Amino acid sequence: MTRTYRKPVAIVSWASFETPEEPARNEVEMLLPIIEEAKQKIGIEQSDIGFTVSGSSDYLQGYPFAFVGALDAVGAWPPIMESHLEMDGAFALAEAVEVLQHEGIDTALVYAFARPSRGELDRILALQLDPYVVAPLWPDARSLAGLQAQAMRDSGRFGEVPDVPPSVVADGAVAVILATGDRARELTDRPAWIRGIDHRIETPALGTRDLTQSPSTRAAAEHIGAVGAGADVAFVHAPYPHQALVVREALQLNGTRVDAGTGPTMVGGLQRLVLAAQAIAGGEAKRAIAHATSGHCLQQNLVALLEGEAA
Amino acid sequence: MSEPVTITETPIKLNYSYTPGTAAARFLTSIEQGRIVGERCPKCHKVYVPPRGACSMCGVATMEGVELDGKGTLTTYAVTQIPSPGLDAPYVSAWIKLDGADITSMFLVKEVEPADVRLGMRVEPVWIDKADFTKNLANIAYYRPTGEPDASYDDYKDYV
Amino acid sequence: MAAPIEALVAPHVIEYTYTRSTGPILGAFLAGLRDQTILGIRTADGRVMVPPAEYDPVTSEGLSELVGVADTGVVTTWAWNATPLEGQPLAEPFAWALVKLDGADTAMLAAVDAGSASAMSTGMRVRARWADERVGSIRDLVCFEPEAGV
Repeated sequence: MTRTYRKPVAIVSWASFETPEEPARNEVEMLLPIIEEAKQKIGIEQSDIGFTVSGSSDYLQGYPFAFVGALDAVGAWPPIMESHLEMDGAFALAEAVEVLQHEGIDTALVYAFARPSRGELDRILALQLDPYVVAPLWPDARSLAGLQAQAMRDSGRFGEVPDVPPSVVADGAVAVILATGDRARELTDRPAWIRGIDHRIETPALGTRDLTQSPSTRAAAEHIGAVGAGADVAFVHAPYPHQALVVREALQLNGTRVDAGTGPTMVGGLQRLVLAAQAIAGGEAKRAIAHATSGHCLQQNLVALLEGEAA
Repeated sequence: MSEPVTITETPIKLNYSYTPGTAAARFLTSIEQGRIVGERCPKCHKVYVPPRGACSMCGVATMEGVELDGKGTLTTYAVTQIPSPGLDAPYVSAWIKLDGADITSMFLVKEVEPADVRLGMRVEPVWIDKADFTKNLANIAYYRPTGEPDASYDDYKDYV
Repeated sequence: MAAPIEALVAPHVIEYTYTRSTGPILGAFLAGLRDQTILGIRTADGRVMVPPAEYDPVTSEGLSELVGVADTGVVTTWAWNATPLEGQPLAEPFAWALVKLDGADTAMLAAVDAGSASAMSTGMRVRARWADERVGSIRDLVCFEPEAGV
């Protein structure tokens, strides 16, 4: 049964920045102009925002509670309602959609930021795995992705499976503003409505999964009615190119055009949502799917279905 | 089966090349010259020292440097009885509102008996040897009383 | 005062000497490794899971029936690691692999010291190489090597 929302939510503004390596600014300095741009596009201030939520990883910054410092970029005075996920900002956006269902909260700021260039990304991500019997071996992210690629080759179902390139290391930040119902229409002529958004997770034990399938992507898509929804385009988050093939199969995209991309760790998934909103608002698509992933070998997956006003 | 293992060691080590940001770079470059330079928020005009690149309250970038003479008022303090590497006990750490700044910064306070430390005490920085200056706030070894009369409570009550 | 200032960079290392309590299931598994044996656990549907989990991955019920499995098995997928990183099991290039041990129904992640990528294949048989001194850690099982010899 497809979920419906008491208060429909739309993406009404956004800003995005990415660079192979941010040479001088820290996370706050990199994030500030992006949040500023997203707010200025629709003429609002922090006091107009009911809920603020971000996605980032303290492990990328190298110290605990690092994400708290990023609040300097938000202007958290008077005190704000705020949340943080140690995940890609796409999942923070999913949380914002839930919070916006509450009475009296009609706008939300979602942001993601990361500077993986500062650390050893492939080693840091090993800490996402079982701390007793897997992480102590320090398996690097690229090799783990390779396990999935090889399983895909062995299955014979995917045709040419691309080689696994070195892990993408890029720094960046994204800010997105959400609003509900009439508030969204006040803020922009072209809201990108989120008809549905869902995310599901599989076990982290790689040896118990069929790495050629993505049942979590399929389940998330089914829960929002995205399978067979006839989207014009699907923006797929693929930290490694071969992963897009698995996601595509799980979403049963058939004729839908696929735009797969990576983006900075913790930011790339939210970027996919921004691209979907951009396609809707710009009129290139009437209906768009956005996908984001987290964890090794597509362990956790988010799917969103976006539509324009007329749809 | 032999005795089960109850504890396993899983050490973690991660390497970073840390960059503190442009505001910190500006501040540390000035400190290397023996100067304390805060930054002012263009919106609320508060001066932050050390500067963070943003005004926490306004969410706006701070850029305008404001040089401070380093003297300040002690707003709160703690006397610690337990030694730490490099610190003999008892030692006094204090939040000091530097003249011209709108937030307090933490420094060690010496050349005064812990029992004589009090809110409102006027203090000044004691620098290490200039020849040893680096891009490090530790160029200021500690703060000490100036001997001036204590500041009136109204001057620092918002920072207590 | 926005004069260009050189960007500052400094090395920063974080290190923690984590010690983790194991509980009875992982404690038994790690004790097994110390004794050069490998234990799995029987799941609700009767299959043997290695390494053992405390709870069934499908039904969530608590599990308790430990089952010994062989220290030989089959590679179910692999990826060549040409540039080993700090802390990994081997210093020279090796393969990461999922290895399904004889008697187990799931695979475990491990290194395979095959010498070269051309010596690796899905379905190849491997056997465990044990550390000379074992303490009850996953690293007691250093890696696997081709059963046929390198």
